Amino acid sequence: MQDQQKEVFKEEAGELLTDLEQALLELEETPEDTELVAKVFRAMHTIKGSGAMFGFDEIAEFTHEVETVFDLVRNGEIPVSKELISHALAARDHIRNLLDAADGGEIDVVRGEELVAAFKSLIPGANKEADAAVADTPEPGAETGAEITYRIRLCLAENIIFTGTRPDGLLRELAELGPCRAIAQTDGIPLLDQLVPENCHVYWDVVLTTDRGLNAIKDVFIFVEDDIELKIDVIDEGDYLDADPNYKRIGEILLDRGDITKEELDAILAESKPIGQKLIDASKVSPGKIAAALQEQEVVRAARSQRQAQDTAGSVRVPAERLDLLVDLVGELVTVQARLSQAAAGREDSELLMIAEEVERLTAELRDNSLNMRMLPIGTTFSKFKRLVRDLSNELGKQIELKTSGAETEIDKTVIEKLNDPLVHLIRNSLDHGIEAPEVRKNAGKPAVGTVLLSAAHSGDSVEITIKDDGKGLDREAIFAKGLEKGLVHADAQLSDNEIFNLIFAPGFSTAKEVTGISGRGVGMDVVKRAIEALRGSINIKSKSGVGSTITIRIPLTLAIIESLLVSVDNDSYAMPLSIVEECVELSREDIARAHGRHLVHVRDQIVPYIPLRQEFLINDGAPELQQVVITNLNGNRVGLVVDEVIGQHQSVIKTLGRMYRDVKGISGATILGDGSVALILDVNHLAFKAEQAV
Amino acid sequence: MAETTGIDNNQYLTFTLDGEVFGLAIGKVREVLDFTTVTRVPQTPAYMRGVINLRGSVVAVIDLHQKFGLAQTEKTVNTCIIIVEIEMDGETTVLGALADSVQEVLDIEPDQIEPAPKIGTKLNTAFIQGMGKHNDEFIILLDIDKVFSSDELSQVQSVEQQAETV
Repeated sequence: MQDQQKEVFKEEAGELLTDLEQALLELEETPEDTELVAKVFRAMHTIKGSGAMFGFDEIAEFTHEVETVFDLVRNGEIPVSKELISHALAARDHIRNLLDAADGGEIDVVRGEELVAAFKSLIPGANKEADAAVADTPEPGAETGAEITYRIRLCLAENIIFTGTRPDGLLRELAELGPCRAIAQTDGIPLLDQLVPENCHVYWDVVLTTDRGLNAIKDVFIFVEDDIELKIDVIDEGDYLDADPNYKRIGEILLDRGDITKEELDAILAESKPIGQKLIDASKVSPGKIAAALQEQEVVRAARSQRQAQDTAGSVRVPAERLDLLVDLVGELVTVQARLSQAAAGREDSELLMIAEEVERLTAELRDNSLNMRMLPIGTTFSKFKRLVRDLSNELGKQIELKTSGAETEIDKTVIEKLNDPLVHLIRNSLDHGIEAPEVRKNAGKPAVGTVLLSAAHSGDSVEITIKDDGKGLDREAIFAKGLEKGLVHADAQLSDNEIFNLIFAPGFSTAKEVTGISGRGVGMDVVKRAIEALRGSINIKSKSGVGSTITIRIPLTLAIIESLLVSVDNDSYAMPLSIVEECVELSREDIARAHGRHLVHVRDQIVPYIPLRQEFLINDGAPELQQVVITNLNGNRVGLVVDEVIGQHQSVIKTLGRMYRDVKGISGATILGDGSVALILDVNHLAFKAEQAV
Repeated sequence: MAETTGIDNNQYLTFTLDGEVFGLAIGKVREVLDFTTVTRVPQTPAYMRGVINLRGSVVAVIDLHQKFGLAQTEKTVNTCIIIVEIEMDGETTVLGALADSVQEVLDIEPDQIEPAPKIGTKLNTAFIQGMGKHNDEFIILLDIDKVFSSDELSQVQSVEQQAETV
């Protein structure tokens, strides 16, 4: 249970750190924005509090120092400067390290102290003695147990003194557990003529704050358990987040203790007039002004509660494995639903058919919704890069701005994670090799500040991510020369720009004159290419010398379930994504003959090339009289696929073929049909690419 | 599944390939199925027969005959697919292997197992864990992880090569 809470803290702290970083970067752009300062302060305060509560002491202590400085900023005593932001970002990184180190790693105490000192130096007239003590006051929750406040009602038996117990002794023992306040209640004391001096007619209401726990309190009374009535309630859990100083009102407390009934309380409350009324009665304020004040109160309360509702109703944190499980189950459901539809079609039961259709519709909706749950906007990745660009451009002494567009484009969570490293590398390349130093840019007539544009957009069934810079572009000659040197090309080969640029993806390829800490070793680009290909995507480079380069990455939206078109070739079923299919036309033997051996077909005045799948799959005989050409649209290019028969639409749950078939091109997976047989999913992009090469 | 449990360490499932009897450590065997329709995947080596639908998952099926250089398995009423779990590159993979027939589970003590002979069998001896002796007969115990080592299996013959063999 403890560990689970710690995990939750780490996750939330991670998110807070991301928000913090973003806020700091924004603050750098607009140093006067007090709302941002407040945001930064709040983030730190929350991390400090939660950290202390869950036992992450180093984090709490360190954050406390930083928070103190930002408090001064909030009050206007320290201006927001670039230095402050740099220190704050470094502090954020340190907190991140401490967070990771909490799993069992080295805590860099020295770094922490360095940063604290750096912060302190920003405080005008700072107290140098305060440097020595890193932690000022120990946070209450940082002790071994949380300080909990109890309400104890202690009623002793009347003859308790005769049993040898002294009530004041008990009270003293309680007081040893922690700060304690006791009030003796005298309403049980009878009138003088009935009073027995040796009896105990008094009972006590005690409020005790202790970190020793409930059992320690009960232990005090262990010897007199049978002779007393003890009522212990927890009234404050020492919850650091429950720091609202407005505790219960008197009426509520009395109600809790059972000293008053609800009816009595309500009756008395009804008697008292609201303050507005009292003011009117005393002629201090006119009714109109009261009405206006009430209105203001109402409006602001409504606005605030709406905001609160928005915040809390926002999202639910769900472990990723549960989503995966859900998607798997939906996949199974889709498969079984296909069987149901097939079986229903086979029987002549119209009611069953209707039900099967209904199930199909619902399953499709369920499928879409559950798959969308794993989609996240790519914007979160983009904002991380702003930080990267800032730090890197400082390091390189260049002025570079990162612009983003399409941050709301949604991509599957795992794809975003896998894209992170390749994108980082490509951006670093742009910064290091692409964008020139400010003077060079000025001489070339470009603005001194270079721009890197990162954008994402949906395109058909894929996502297109582009990294565009206005740097010096790729040096075609240098790349060709290097390719020659590495034996990748022949000296007299006629290569298109595209082919030359693609050379940089070869392992170990680099035209950099010197290896910097950032790049130049020739290790990155082929890793990038492989990572993109592992996602079944493609990467393309366009560049113009002196103007800039544009790198385009296309990734299919890896949804586990796709709408596909089922076709058959030689009695085997194949599937292809329906989103790329435009139309189907017939292909007769005459049509083939008319093209004189070229794989071309006439479609409404357009000539469309086709790929004969039978040939592709090495099935040499048995083609039917009339074949079908499925015309697909790949990035604007129309390509036809010749099949025996077009079967129909199918909701295909994509199953991977496994490691064995990892290197097979042209087939990107398999799906199970309603009758239990397996249909292979065609990788049309690859088939088209291959056909292109073969020509 | 790198380790088999203590109880079934000495148990082997025996099956036949072209008349010879082979054994597989039972810990690696998941189940045995009747031969069902195998969907061929184009552009793969001949010994990769294809894939089957195993309760919703797509499982690859290897033709052991062809893997061991014998003629392709002929389908008879006894032909079975043995579903095994193997370790490949640190991951556990589920595969099917075609066998002519499946016999019984035998208990073979370690002292009944002799090391693989260098010559005398048609197989690449790297695949053989040892020769088990049972009732005066020898059973070739296969090291299934080595049979399906990733180097060989991930190789996809180029289209030209395959066109030649066709």
